[in-house]
Amino acid sequence: MIRIEPRDAPSRWWTIGVPVASALIALLLAAIPLMAAGANVFEAYAQMAKGIFGSKFAFTEMLTRATPLIFTGLAATMAFRAKLWNIGAEGQLYLGAMAAVVVGTGLIDAPSIILIPIILLAGAAAGAAGMAGPTYLKTRFGADEVVTTLLLNFIILIFLQMMLEGPLKDPMGMGWPQSEPIVDNAILPQLMPRMRIHSGLIIALVAAGVAHVMLSKSVWGFKLRAVGENAAAALHAGIGVKRTMMSAAIVSGGLAGIAGVSEVAGLRGYLTTDLSPGFGYTGIVVAMLAGLSPIGVVISAIFIASVFVGADTMSRAMGVSSYLADLVVALSLICVLIGGFIARYRITRTNKGGQ
Amino acid sequence: MDILQILISDSFWAAALRIATPLIFGVLGALICEKSGVLNLGIEGIFAAGAMAGWMAVWLGAGLWGGLLVAALVGGFFGLIHAILTVPLGLSQHVSGLGVTMLATSVSYFTYRTALPQVSSPPKIVPFQPLDIPVLSDLPFVGPVLFQQTAMTWLALVMVALVWWVLNRTPLGLAIRAVGDNPDAVDAQGLSVYGLRIGAVVAGSALMALGGAFLTMSAFDSFFFGMVNGRGWICIALVIFASWRPGKALLGALLFGAFDAFQVRLQTEVGAFVPSQIFLMAPYVLSIFALVIVARRAEYPGALLKPWFKGQR
Amino acid sequence: MTNTRVLSLNNLSKRFGSVVANDAVSIELHRGEVLALLGENGAGKTTLMNMLFGHYLPDGGSIDVADESGDMRPLTLGHPQAALEAGIGMVHQHFTLAENLTVLDSILLGSESLLAWRHKRKAARAKVGRIMQRTGLTVGLDEQIGKLTVGERQRVEILKALYHDARILVLDEPTAVLTPQEADTLFENIGAMTKDGLSVIFISHKLREVLAFSHRISVLRHGKLVGEIATSDADERVIARMMVGADTPTTPREAMAPGAPVLALKTTTVKGDSARTSLHAVDLTIHAHEIVGIAGVSGNGQSALARLVSGLATPDSGELLISGKPIHRFTPPVMQKAGVGRIPEDRHHDGIIGAMSVAENLVIERLRDSDVQKYGFLQQNSIRSHAQDLCKDYDVRGPGIDADARLLSGGNIQKLILARVFECMPDLILANQPTRGLDMGAAAEVARRLLEARARGAGVLLISEDLDEVLALSDRIIVIHDGQLHEAHTNDREAIGLMMAGEQA
Repeated sequence: MIRIEPRDAPSRWWTIGVPVASALIALLLAAIPLMAAGANVFEAYAQMAKGIFGSKFAFTEMLTRATPLIFTGLAATMAFRAKLWNIGAEGQLYLGAMAAVVVGTGLIDAPSIILIPIILLAGAAAGAAGMAGPTYLKTRFGADEVVTTLLLNFIILIFLQMMLEGPLKDPMGMGWPQSEPIVDNAILPQLMPRMRIHSGLIIALVAAGVAHVMLSKSVWGFKLRAVGENAAAALHAGIGVKRTMMSAAIVSGGLAGIAGVSEVAGLRGYLTTDLSPGFGYTGIVVAMLAGLSPIGVVISAIFIASVFVGADTMSRAMGVSSYLADLVVALSLICVLIGGFIARYRITRTNKGGQ
Repeated sequence: MDILQILISDSFWAAALRIATPLIFGVLGALICEKSGVLNLGIEGIFAAGAMAGWMAVWLGAGLWGGLLVAALVGGFFGLIHAILTVPLGLSQHVSGLGVTMLATSVSYFTYRTALPQVSSPPKIVPFQPLDIPVLSDLPFVGPVLFQQTAMTWLALVMVALVWWVLNRTPLGLAIRAVGDNPDAVDAQGLSVYGLRIGAVVAGSALMALGGAFLTMSAFDSFFFGMVNGRGWICIALVIFASWRPGKALLGALLFGAFDAFQVRLQTEVGAFVPSQIFLMAPYVLSIFALVIVARRAEYPGALLKPWFKGQR
Repeated sequence: MTNTRVLSLNNLSKRFGSVVANDAVSIELHRGEVLALLGENGAGKTTLMNMLFGHYLPDGGSIDVADESGDMRPLTLGHPQAALEAGIGMVHQHFTLAENLTVLDSILLGSESLLAWRHKRKAARAKVGRIMQRTGLTVGLDEQIGKLTVGERQRVEILKALYHDARILVLDEPTAVLTPQEADTLFENIGAMTKDGLSVIFISHKLREVLAFSHRISVLRHGKLVGEIATSDADERVIARMMVGADTPTTPREAMAPGAPVLALKTTTVKGDSARTSLHAVDLTIHAHEIVGIAGVSGNGQSALARLVSGLATPDSGELLISGKPIHRFTPPVMQKAGVGRIPEDRHHDGIIGAMSVAENLVIERLRDSDVQKYGFLQQNSIRSHAQDLCKDYDVRGPGIDADARLLSGGNIQKLILARVFECMPDLILANQPTRGLDMGAAAEVARRLLEARARGAGVLLISEDLDEVLALSDRIIVIHDGQLHEAHTNDREAIGLMMAGEQA
């Protein structure tokens, strides 16, 4: 008979080893669909590596791809730590992008040093509002935030279409549903000449550092963790559970909103409905793979971005569908879940006993 | 405006029932899972997998009913993954469900792309045709509304009755209701908590996949990326709205279908003044609204989301 | 009583990690016999019965059960289904009923093949009816479990076992949730059942009922069978000594004159979800230097009272004064600041945050204090040294102050909570079931700390379902029944028992 017993204290090795092993196993499992697609597995992996490390450009592309994932990964981390299931980062990202476009396409004329913080704040505020709503519905009416944030993603995307065909439409866009370009003073500076990598990455790294400090060293982080781990005991101890949840929601939504600003003002320059290929949802995997640690988010975002960028290159070279990347991402989430179980519990065999 | 005329037209109600059909499958599937104590957010991906698998089976020559069987099996397979992660391993049902949605969606898309690498227009199959039942389908109003639907709509209605019967009139249903409320009660009677929950999740997921298959095998005749479009999430909201009762689930799905059919018709009436997106948004807004109204009064299954381990009480 | 054996447990052993829960325990049971299994909390009684019922797999030993013709057959271990089929029925201390089912459905659960196409409800109804008539255990078959009283639920559990043709019935602490009178009725019913040939094992730590209602007594201590005695040869002193290994220590307490009131409720009403979770216009005063014990059967408004004093519930009418000052906003921080220390009923659920460290749990109620935080950031050094001191003072033992609080044992978790509460020198202490589930040592420590606080000048509101504990610690006893409070004016347990059942003494 098999019994499941909790381990006393998972060691440090587990907390680092599990995600790393999960990521590797997910990558290895990708060999199965690769073989099914009739591709040479070794060449496919070589192509993927080349897509990441093959050139300076490739590497910076990967970091460019990791930038929004760090933000959305942090957004998921901060919410999940408070057991607030924010699955709406995708929508909040677009809210942030819309706010950046509203403020950053000529509404305000100011030098970069002023305008960039303004659009970042505007984007954060819009994203925060996008999570504050469902959180209010949760704390006030008990409406499950998973469902409301998921549905809001669809609502916001349709709203975006409406805006891009209406008030936000670029009159010079030759009829395409896209926004006016962001003014030069609001563009996030490039980090390297002729590369797409931009200072959004720096902001993301700073955000991860700040999130780490706030979570582990501040009273606010203490309350957030307490509410997430045991809301009943936190309430009994005098912590304002609803307030703490709302603050986690605002921070989480704000981070997702900044992801949108960073993509619009750092990479694209204008807003379309395909700004995000699911960065919000992928952020959940990033956060889980990171074990909900802000510093870990940076590393897992780089891993996931590598999978996407590498799979793109491999796909172009070998004609295997780039949906392989999504498959690897999904597999790594499932692997890290199982790994987390193995880290927390011991499966023991007990003797059959008796006759 | 002829709102009244819309509401009494048979084509409107026929459309409402048609739109409701995949939701009926999905809500019933989610209901069975949740009754046993497991939230299944894999639904959105299982819809996609069912749509793809059913369609592809037919395209490869399996026949329509064979296609449905394949869809159900594929749905059951993804349900099994979710069940193993959440029942014996007791992992977060939220995260596992999202993982299954991502996995099922990406597997479906990858398979489709691999099978059909470079097609400009997706290949079509011959889908389920409206049943033209003699005499009955010629009846005024009820004829077009009920008797000119496809076999899948009828299957969905039969499933409502079947799920109701199983849950309320059989020992198996009693055990499922009990395991979703207090697993210890089931364990104390020597029944397997894991077995019941895994079985319920697999069966519920198979039903969800049929909802997806309806999209490619009855509503349309080919597979597109993104065709599920949040229907799964809407089902999750509808289950709460229906207080986990099959009859109310049918009612909720029908109301939703009616609303959706209505907005499409209203759109043609007032489309000149109101942006079309307002109507597109409406179903999602309605779902949130319904959720908010019933959330406080909803009597969740007592053990929903709570993992249970054998020998730990 | 005949001498036919129906059950024998042979050298059963069970370990959990390094803890030996049962060490080679052997017990026999005869037809028509009532065997009392006596022992302190943690003596291994429940573990032993869980092995009998297949919930736990023994590490060693075997079980034989008589079949219908009386032949002893070995029982397949580790399978509840096997135990059920062998005619063993168990009523757990925490009932295993699903609240959303009806009584009939609860009884039917597991009795039919899962492949059956429909219930045979009519036949079941008739069979349950016959059992009810024979045993006197009556309850409405179409009622929903969630709406039943605790006593009724227990009857459903027993009916369920009998419906499954149990020949051996195991009752785990059956009277823990009953009034003394309800308990007497239960034992009368058991008497009727044993005349039919049923054999009963009941687990208890209450000497009184064990002496009154059993034929034979087996005593467990620290997982070992330490004695077996015919009830007719036993008295309280003998079995108490068997149980604890020495005479029961009595808690020394000195008389004290009550001081100024620290808590006053004036016609306070709290409306709960049901009649059983409300308070109806209650008056209550607790003074400094005074322990007031609230006796009652669970579900009579204790939780409403505790939630009110904890700051988790707001009165719908009436007043609440702490040390003479009326409270207007009811939140936990307001109560803390007013000088209320709170020991919650469910220490795992409400008392600690298991995934946070012992040190963090020790400061969770003091996050505003300047030794805990500066400018919104935690003062790790002072938090850790503070934790070290408190753990030493209160003898909190475990893997250290940086380890997760969930790794502590129940007794050490309670000591952690005591440390957190008593450190703030509260004027009023709410102690809600403070010793439930603790071993003797930890329970004595809790009692000592409460008496110490009383001596220092605090008032204590002690809510407990354990009447013996209330009798031992309280200066005054107040009985709670149906959301109302009645001063007991007596120490007589019979009189208090009647009041707990709602009869005015």
